[in-house]
Amino acid sequence: MNNEAIIIEGPQVAHGHTAADHHGHEHHEQHFIWKYIFSQDHKMISKQFLITGIIWAIIGALFSVLFRFQLGFPDTNFPFMESLLGEWAKGGKLSPEFYYALVTMHGTILVFFVLTAGLSGTFANLLIPLQIGARDMASPFMNMLSYWFFFAASVIMLISLFVETGPASGGWTTYPPLSALKEASLGSGVGMDLWLMGMALFVVSSLLGGLNYISTVLNMRTKGMTLTRMPLTIWALFFTAVLGVLSFPVLFSGVILLIFDRNLGTSFYLSEIFIGGKALPHIGGSAILYQHLFWFLGHPEVYIIMLPGMGMASEVLSTNSRKPIFGYFAMIISLIGITLLAFLVWAHHMFVTGMSPFLGSIFVLLTLLIAVPSAVKVFNWITTIWRGNLRFNPAMLFALGFVSLFISGGLTGLFLGNSALDIHLHDTYFVIAHFHIVMGVSAFFGMFAGVYHWFPKMFGRYMNNTLGYIHFFITFIGAYLIFWPMHYEGIAGMPRRYYDFSAWESFKQFQSINGFISIVALVVFLVQLLFVFNYIVSMYKGRKLTTQNPWGSTTLEWTTPINPGHGNWEGDVPEVHRWPYDYKDNGEGGDFIPQTTPLRPGEESH
Amino acid sequence: MSGFIMISLIILVFVIIYQIGKASEYAAILRGEKKVNAQVNRAIAFLLVAMFVLGLWGIWECHNYFKDMMLPVAACKTGERYDAMFNTTLVVTGIVFLLTQAILFWFCFKYQASDKRTTYFFAHSNKLELIWTTIPAIAMAVLVGIGLRNWYEVTSPAPAEATVIEIVGKQFNWLIRYPGKDNELGKRDFRKINDANNVLGLDWSDPHNSDDIIAQNGEMHVVVGKPVKLVIGSRDVIHDVGLPHFRMKMDAVPGITTTLWFTPTITSDSMKIITKNPNFVYEIACDQLCGKGHYAMRGTIIVETQAQYDKWMASQSSYYATANPAAAPAAPAVDAKDAPAADTTKVISMK
Repeated sequence: MNNEAIIIEGPQVAHGHTAADHHGHEHHEQHFIWKYIFSQDHKMISKQFLITGIIWAIIGALFSVLFRFQLGFPDTNFPFMESLLGEWAKGGKLSPEFYYALVTMHGTILVFFVLTAGLSGTFANLLIPLQIGARDMASPFMNMLSYWFFFAASVIMLISLFVETGPASGGWTTYPPLSALKEASLGSGVGMDLWLMGMALFVVSSLLGGLNYISTVLNMRTKGMTLTRMPLTIWALFFTAVLGVLSFPVLFSGVILLIFDRNLGTSFYLSEIFIGGKALPHIGGSAILYQHLFWFLGHPEVYIIMLPGMGMASEVLSTNSRKPIFGYFAMIISLIGITLLAFLVWAHHMFVTGMSPFLGSIFVLLTLLIAVPSAVKVFNWITTIWRGNLRFNPAMLFALGFVSLFISGGLTGLFLGNSALDIHLHDTYFVIAHFHIVMGVSAFFGMFAGVYHWFPKMFGRYMNNTLGYIHFFITFIGAYLIFWPMHYEGIAGMPRRYYDFSAWESFKQFQSINGFISIVALVVFLVQLLFVFNYIVSMYKGRKLTTQNPWGSTTLEWTTPINPGHGNWEGDVPEVHRWPYDYKDNGEGGDFIPQTTPLRPGEESH
Repeated sequence: MSGFIMISLIILVFVIIYQIGKASEYAAILRGEKKVNAQVNRAIAFLLVAMFVLGLWGIWECHNYFKDMMLPVAACKTGERYDAMFNTTLVVTGIVFLLTQAILFWFCFKYQASDKRTTYFFAHSNKLELIWTTIPAIAMAVLVGIGLRNWYEVTSPAPAEATVIEIVGKQFNWLIRYPGKDNELGKRDFRKINDANNVLGLDWSDPHNSDDIIAQNGEMHVVVGKPVKLVIGSRDVIHDVGLPHFRMKMDAVPGITTTLWFTPTITSDSMKIITKNPNFVYEIACDQLCGKGHYAMRGTIIVETQAQYDKWMASQSSYYATANPAAAPAAPAVDAKDAPAADTTKVISMK
């Protein structure tokens, strides 16, 4: 069924949809292909993103388990590795080449395919129309294209895992010249070309999605849904899209220039190189240029990953504390601050590249400045739960875990953002610990909070709580057990991306703790599989919803039918009369007032 | 086959756990959902606090575990400053960490759902927002202040009397060049590189090159108490000169020359005593992924007294002599008096 097939009777939402023939929720059998595959329903597309994201997450996490085996037990052979990886793990011992390929693809997959597409793609698609009161996205067709470009990027990336010379292995940042020269490493062969093609398609997908999210939020809000009545999830997803639209094209240009350097003999990034027994003709390029282009996306990318989690945690914390989010406007202003500053801090990844120290000092200042809006958000979350009535369902636990991890990971950012400290900590395990806690685990916690909270909206069923609790406690404790010791290793100078430390007098004493970390990582990985299992089984066997609004939430998505059709609302799109956080006495014994309830006489709007 | 059994086993365990979860769901409905939910909520609140307390204990244990494995005292002046600044930042962030986490988990326990409590409708307070915008901003300003002071010190130009040593990365080892008697590094050109007899591409038409010494074993000798300036380059991909004991590092980028300077204060021999480790050695770790041998790209630094250094230096012969054994006598003699003692690296293309 196509989007124009929705009758829109509600005000404000009508423009843009001219041809209309029937309701989305009618008992009109759609063909399987149009309903589940080339669907233009934002809810279906969001499920497609989520399920593709879950598949990628399993692959990406499995890679980390495989290379953790090497790091934890460098002297042990694991025969199962050989049966899984063949030549890459002869005799059960991972080869260095493939170790680096696994590290690279673990980063690429989780940063881009899971925490960007899987996270924004899922929740921007699901929540934007539902929470602002729109029938669908501004352009459902573009939305569908966004998914299918992502799918194409996924296929190419997946193929790259199986080519003879292996996938890209120059780190997820793929710095040239290492990534530009086939002589420099096996992974810089055809695997790298596929990586670049995959990323180019990924950028297209991300732009199509992002433009759609922005125009939907700006143009398609229902009557009464002013910008300052939007839930913080929408604000966060909106700024996520803005960040993506403004920064992904820069990555695209960086990727294209790298393709030129690799295949067409240009010298954008290459200069004065002697490799493979001969001097290359390239002169005058700058390897640092690529880093600037990469990190101009790369840093906003961190916030592209973080903001949706921030928005969803705000929503989940408020709902399950039965209290309004504290400092709604401060939350929006801090989101704006983070979005602006996100574009002005990229070179803090490059303090030790030989960049001018003066330039470095400007980036120190701007980087530490971004701690201020982040701190405001943390204090506001904590004040939100103060004197609340906390319901600890799995979504709430993950939102609380998100806050805890965001604090821990954010504070270590103060070390790395300060160039005088970064000069020692740069590219050590301290960095690994920092970014895994703050944008890896923490962002995942935001995502889990979202999945547990909105699963009933997606499938009309609940996920199992007991499994959710097991998932939370083991993941939370495991995350700290894995990454806390890594801070120490990093302070001791232990470099990241090392295949084996046994030859190093300064780092070999950490062997047994590395083994411990690997074991915990394996356990945490298995628990994530348990989550996936819970997810899949609950889709079909989960407890059915009997009420439209299971969490007692104020926002619009809970005014739709339990299993909304394409078009979301039967009849008119509801009108909005108040802000989204009126968790207070409704005068009839309830403890919340939905956004659709008109103000009572004498009641002041927020 | 074993893989198949393994996977079936995992799925079986999941099914069992899921069935238990499902059963507790039904049991809750039978026993009255409201009551069971309240019990679960209390249990979770307790678990959260227990987890926090256990976490504090874990931090303590972790700290004790690592205490004796960390780096020894910094081996240079700027490194000492580094450690002081690191500790200051650690105290500031540590306090914030403990306070916020403690409050977070305490609130979880204190404000767990209860029928008796009505929540406090508290939507905003400009005063509070102002307080917690200003305090972090001031704290940041202090940290930035300390940071920039140290940063400008570390990145300041090397003193004129510094010994100049060039260190060039290649897949996967470090080449170290000393300027020789004339104290000046000669020109080099990547087009002249030849792995057989000119690993750094020294331009033999430049007389400054004739006495340059190249160490290919990755071992760098420096004098204690004397500033040393590293001129850093790369032959192929980006590497990074990581000096954990001196608390600094700098990328080695092809086509660009970078520098790093420090004054070592503790000799390798003294450090062996300090660390009680007879095998102690200052290590140069490549800190920028450079290919499959990245993890093995190791160099070492020998910090020694002037006398030891002079003795070692006297035993070295110029690269020209070692690379061209037959031609050695023909090497242009270098007149000691046109070699200024000052630090001059301008011959190397600087950027």
